[in-house]
Amino acid sequence: MLNSKASKVLFGPILDNNPIALQILGICSALAVTTSLQVSLVMSLAVIAVIACSNVAVSAIRQYIPGSIRIIVQMVVIASLVIVVDQVLKAFVYDISKQLSVFVGLIITNCIVMGRAEGFAMKNGVFMSFLDGLGNGVGYSFVLLFVAFFRELFGSGSLFGYTLMELDRNGGWYNPNNMMLLPPSAFFLIGFLIWAIRAYKPEQIEEA
Amino acid sequence: MQQRDSLANTFLVSTVLCVVCSLAVSAAAVALRPLQEKNQLLDRQKNILDATGLALGEFGLPASQLTVDQIAELYTRVEERLVDLETGEYNTELDPASYDPKDAAKKPNLSVRTDDPNYSIGRNRREKVARVFLVRNPKTEEITQVVLPVYGQGLWSTLYGYLAVKRDLETVQGLTFYEHAETPGLGGEVDNPRWKAQWVGLKMFDESGDPALAVARGPAPSDSEHKVDGLSGATITGNGVTDLVRYWTGPDGYQNYLNRLESELNGSQGESDVKQ
Repeated sequence: MLNSKASKVLFGPILDNNPIALQILGICSALAVTTSLQVSLVMSLAVIAVIACSNVAVSAIRQYIPGSIRIIVQMVVIASLVIVVDQVLKAFVYDISKQLSVFVGLIITNCIVMGRAEGFAMKNGVFMSFLDGLGNGVGYSFVLLFVAFFRELFGSGSLFGYTLMELDRNGGWYNPNNMMLLPPSAFFLIGFLIWAIRAYKPEQIEEA
Repeated sequence: MQQRDSLANTFLVSTVLCVVCSLAVSAAAVALRPLQEKNQLLDRQKNILDATGLALGEFGLPASQLTVDQIAELYTRVEERLVDLETGEYNTELDPASYDPKDAAKKPNLSVRTDDPNYSIGRNRREKVARVFLVRNPKTEEITQVVLPVYGQGLWSTLYGYLAVKRDLETVQGLTFYEHAETPGLGGEVDNPRWKAQWVGLKMFDESGDPALAVARGPAPSDSEHKVDGLSGATITGNGVTDLVRYWTGPDGYQNYLNRLESELNGSQGESDVKQ
């Protein structure tokens, strides 16, 4: 069983220290890929894989990385992993990789990945870094799927592509909310989510 | 510590890291390439079968839901040819299997300036030689449709698609886009099957023979032979689609080829379209 520190590292980033909701990192991709659940899910899995692997790799070589080039070293590791993930997606889930297009490549610049490598993996052991990467990836995915759930439901009347509310343009009754299909709606949804989390955990509220 | 931050170590670490990472990246790229190419080819075949309506017609399903074998079986009816857009003649020098029109459009020696005063595809250059697809009736070997690749600028992205034309060479059989990055739910509705169905049966040219296909603003007039409904919230995507279908059916696009093909089809009554 995991000891208490490990479980804090693994589960902390989901609500207590969520990378998007508390640290407000990685907002860009949370706006871009959340119009449908299926695409968000694949993006989430890709990010989890990249964070976990980059944390492991950076942590494993942390004793050897010269301080002067450590950021570049982290970037090279992350960029290589992202390219590998992109190639795998193109080979096995071609349709979804077409929809994700440039956003897989943009995982390289996702602040969460970089932030965990510099902030955690450089100072901690391989296994702890792996758990930390996993936890932060899941925390990111939680927000992504939350946003995508509402955007797909109210923007397209469906979940995972299955129609729940027949759209009026297809002969049904539901007039979709077009704003949900545009990136700003994700801002509002993330705002509501942060509000809800902070109402539940008031210690996250910053002092004004 | 001294050791770790020394100049020699900095060079050593960066060199080793670069070699290891590049090995990992190239190994993944090389190992997965056959799968990726298979995916791309399959994707192209699916989109052509959708544009031609063959998938729906034969199996009652969109091509994305067919098995690989069903797609391969249907695709035996499709023949790929290369066409010189200026002369309208088939190009027999290049290899249809390996020729890449997208790549050619970027190379100075394989592309020309786009030259249409009325309609723009958002590019300065297009390829000289395009790949077209001839669909034959499996029994009589007669050409039943021609599929023309088209592309042009929408709002965020270039839309790439296939325009399938019936044997009379003036009636649309179908239009489908296989690659674009328009806003899902707005411009992305170019993928909506109901909207795509409106293209079927439209006439490509007006009385004077000019390209006339268009996406209307709002609903299309019910008596229109040339227009489909506009997509709400997607005016710029709609204008882009209008421009690109008119460009490619116009004199700088496939018009020379269509004219030549028409005389070929009528002249020989469908039995010798296999010459050269």
